[in-house]
Amino acid sequence: MKLSEKAEEILEALWIAVEEEGARFLDPERMGFPADDPAYKELTGHTLVEIRQGMVYFRPEGREEGKMTIRRHRLAERLMMDVLNLRGDAGDDKACQFEHLLNEGVDIKICTMLNHPATCPHGKPIPPGECCADARAQGDLGVVALTEFKSGQEGEIAYIQTKDDKKMQKLMAMGVLPGNRIVLVQSYPSYIFRVGFSEFAIDSNLAKEIFVRK
Amino acid sequence: MATGCGKQAEAPGKSPNIKRVALVGNPNVGKSVLFNALTGSYVTVSNYPGTSVEVSRGHAVINDQSWEVIDTPGMYSIHTITEEERVAREILLHETPDVVLHVLDARNLERMLAMTLQLIEAGLPVILVVNIMDEAERMGLTFDLELLRQRLGIPVIGAATTRKRGLDEIRSAIVAYRHDPENPPHFAYSRLLEHDINEVAGLMVGEYILSRRALALLLLQQDEEITALVRRREGEGFAVIAEKVREIAFNRRGSFHLDLSLERKDIVKKLILGVFTSPEKRVVTWAERLSCMSVRPLTGIPLLLIVLYFGLYKFVGDFGAGTLVDILEQKLFVGIFNPWITGVVKMIIPWEVIQELFVGEYGIITLGIRYAVGIILPIVATFFIFFSFLEDTGYFPRLALLVDRIFKRFGLTGRAVIPMVLGFGCDTMATMVTRTLETTRERVIATVLLSLTIPCSAQLGVILALLSKFPGALAVWGTCLLLLFVVVGLLAARIMPGEAPMFYMELPPMRLPQISNVLTKTYTRMQWYFLEILPLFVLASILLWLGKITGFFGKLITAMTPVMASIGLPRETAVAFIFGFFRRDYGAAGLYELQTKGLMDARQLTVAAVTLTLFIPCVAQFLIMKKERGWKVAGGIGVFVSLLAFGSGYVLNQFLLMTRLLS
Ligand SMILES: Nc1nc2c(ncn2[C@@H]2O[C@H](COP(=O)(O)OP(=O)(O)OP(=O)(O)O)[C@@H](O)[C@H]2O)c(=O)[nH]1
Ligand SMILES: [Mg+2]
Ligand SMILES: [Zn+2]
Ligand SMILES: [Zn+2]
Repeated sequence: MKLSEKAEEILEALWIAVEEEGARFLDPERMGFPADDPAYKELTGHTLVEIRQGMVYFRPEGREEGKMTIRRHRLAERLMMDVLNLRGDAGDDKACQFEHLLNEGVDIKICTMLNHPATCPHGKPIPPGECCADARAQGDLGVVALTEFKSGQEGEIAYIQTKDDKKMQKLMAMGVLPGNRIVLVQSYPSYIFRVGFSEFAIDSNLAKEIFVRK
Repeated sequence: MATGCGKQAEAPGKSPNIKRVALVGNPNVGKSVLFNALTGSYVTVSNYPGTSVEVSRGHAVINDQSWEVIDTPGMYSIHTITEEERVAREILLHETPDVVLHVLDARNLERMLAMTLQLIEAGLPVILVVNIMDEAERMGLTFDLELLRQRLGIPVIGAATTRKRGLDEIRSAIVAYRHDPENPPHFAYSRLLEHDINEVAGLMVGEYILSRRALALLLLQQDEEITALVRRREGEGFAVIAEKVREIAFNRRGSFHLDLSLERKDIVKKLILGVFTSPEKRVVTWAERLSCMSVRPLTGIPLLLIVLYFGLYKFVGDFGAGTLVDILEQKLFVGIFNPWITGVVKMIIPWEVIQELFVGEYGIITLGIRYAVGIILPIVATFFIFFSFLEDTGYFPRLALLVDRIFKRFGLTGRAVIPMVLGFGCDTMATMVTRTLETTRERVIATVLLSLTIPCSAQLGVILALLSKFPGALAVWGTCLLLLFVVVGLLAARIMPGEAPMFYMELPPMRLPQISNVLTKTYTRMQWYFLEILPLFVLASILLWLGKITGFFGKLITAMTPVMASIGLPRETAVAFIFGFFRRDYGAAGLYELQTKGLMDARQLTVAAVTLTLFIPCVAQFLIMKKERGWKVAGGIGVFVSLLAFGSGYVLNQFLLMTRLLS
């Protein structure tokens, strides 16, 4: 089932209204899409929602679909912020466009790469997918900050998360680049890591910006 | 790309016969060792990144040709972040070296080749020196440098400069170098990046020393200095370039640095395929084991204590300040030299006033030279030997990471341990070294702490001798200094504006120091030290003598009596404080004399020692402070330190009187 972008947005709004704000239905007036918008037809056609007295209600299948749509939206937000380092309006806009591309297993990949995040950058919960449950069961954390590593543990650098250009350059000059292998040699009193044949000492402020895949 | 045009445009004062070779590369790869080998002069070589903070120039004759050799501070990339890197890049930006030697550390070939690419891309005449081959080979790494030469299209030389290996090849390569600016080797980026570069470079019409391709990349990296340079050079046309750069930056959403680094990494990956092979199993050397020990708190702290005990206490304290001072000052000067020279001077010079100048109570020879050579020389020399040795082992970066958390509370990072420890040798030299700290805030805080609470070794030696008869006094003195260090550090971190600094430091391999380097370094430091202090000593002697014969000295002492009395000291101590104005240790030595005459009790000695230790640093340090920090900051620190010194003396005196702690 491939829904139009508008239809997905209606589902999201309905999900938020019902699941997070405690309403029983969504008022199309408040949505901004008038009730005669074809997107509603599309949703009722897939038996995801029904419309009674001009208000939008979930059907059971729709509730599940809405949850996954919200999940994709919030994962997209996390991706924009954590990896692409887009914040504010730019990040939100991109997230809105991006979420619609996260179908067919792409969301699982991204969720794993982001280490199955529990909240979006605005602090709202991200509904867990199957991947999250699996990961929890296996104790597999996927990508973590270097500060979560144990001494002696080795991994691959996944990305650097920082909004400070200078920090970024410094880390890159030390050979901290996505794809390189990294060994955490020691974590107290300072972090010592090895990339290639060089060792560097950094403080926790820098270490927490390096994300590593085990 | 034809980018080498205008090469001769802006060489400042370049004489036609002298060619230049510039040494550039990452920190701690052996540039300065190579500089010393080529020129026969000596610039400091130490085993930690950031040793050289200034450009050094020297002269070498290679195959009967005269060459100017330029050593630069280490830099991680042509896109510079720190002040030292900027200084190094200046050379590339504004001078036109005939050859650029890119020195790198063989074991880190893969990481450091990215900069070779940048240099080649900038159209510079590059020779690659793959240095420290000896250690790389010991780790089981093998290299096919011939293959690398073919792929890079520039001369590549394997070397171990501390072992004199590869020096001849480097010399021959320098004289044989033929630069073809029209056809530099080309390493292509992805189509998209090439497109961006060409768009920006295509808009530039000015003449530059570096290639437009390199400049375009630097513009896209938002390099401020390059942006300013291009703005100046392009004039009207700059607006269009700036707009284009903005557009590309926007399209890339600020990830340009990362994209570029990743592309370079890919190019390097291909370049070193088959050039560089590492053994299956990592070879763990003794140095690495020692390194591990030194950075774990559980073993590191005991190790630090051992180093301090044997290095500072036994070697500098016992041997330097004890045995050597005893031999030089007591046996040589007081016993033999002074009586002899007094006799000689009295024979040649009939006037007593002039005799006084040379061999009197404050005589240049009997006091000035005796202090300088008899007391200060042995203490400072042993300290510098200890310090240089430690520097060359690579211990300091490890100490830095151990103390980083503590230093952060004082608004500093672990990096500041190097100037702090050096301060125990010579505060003036240490103040100069604060330049290696990253932010102005750190530099000012370090300067304050150095001038206030860190006693230099000469002073430390005298004070230890002075107070050694009263263990309680020594403890009070130490506690006071430590307390002030912590309090002033904590306050400075609160009060001083600016961001909290970040700590990052490359850990060089632990190495067995080369004794020749330790000794040469100690020797050059001693030489510097003496040139700095000897004139002060002579000047002090002359002024004191003048003061004495004109009666001004007596008046000054009388004027200072109330101040001395307010902190509970006898009027004679004013003399020591006047000495102390020139050098703190000189002042401390003055106290020593008073104590031998039995003029002071334990309380007075302690108060005097604390006040004097905190008191104005020596005149030389003040001048350096002024040079490094400017009049305003230096003056401010001077006033602050003096007030705090007397204030602390006053409080301590009241405290001791009240508690009767030392009586
Ligand atoms: N084993 C070995 N050690 C070397 C070699 N060349 C340099 N070193 C050591 O590397 C350390 C750094 O040397 P320097 O010449 O100070 O390095 P630099 O590149 O000038 O460093 P900065 O001034 O910090 O940029 C010193 O401890 C040298 O003894 C070499 O060929 N073999
Ligand atoms: Mg150097
Ligand atoms: Zn959100
Ligand atoms: Zn998940």
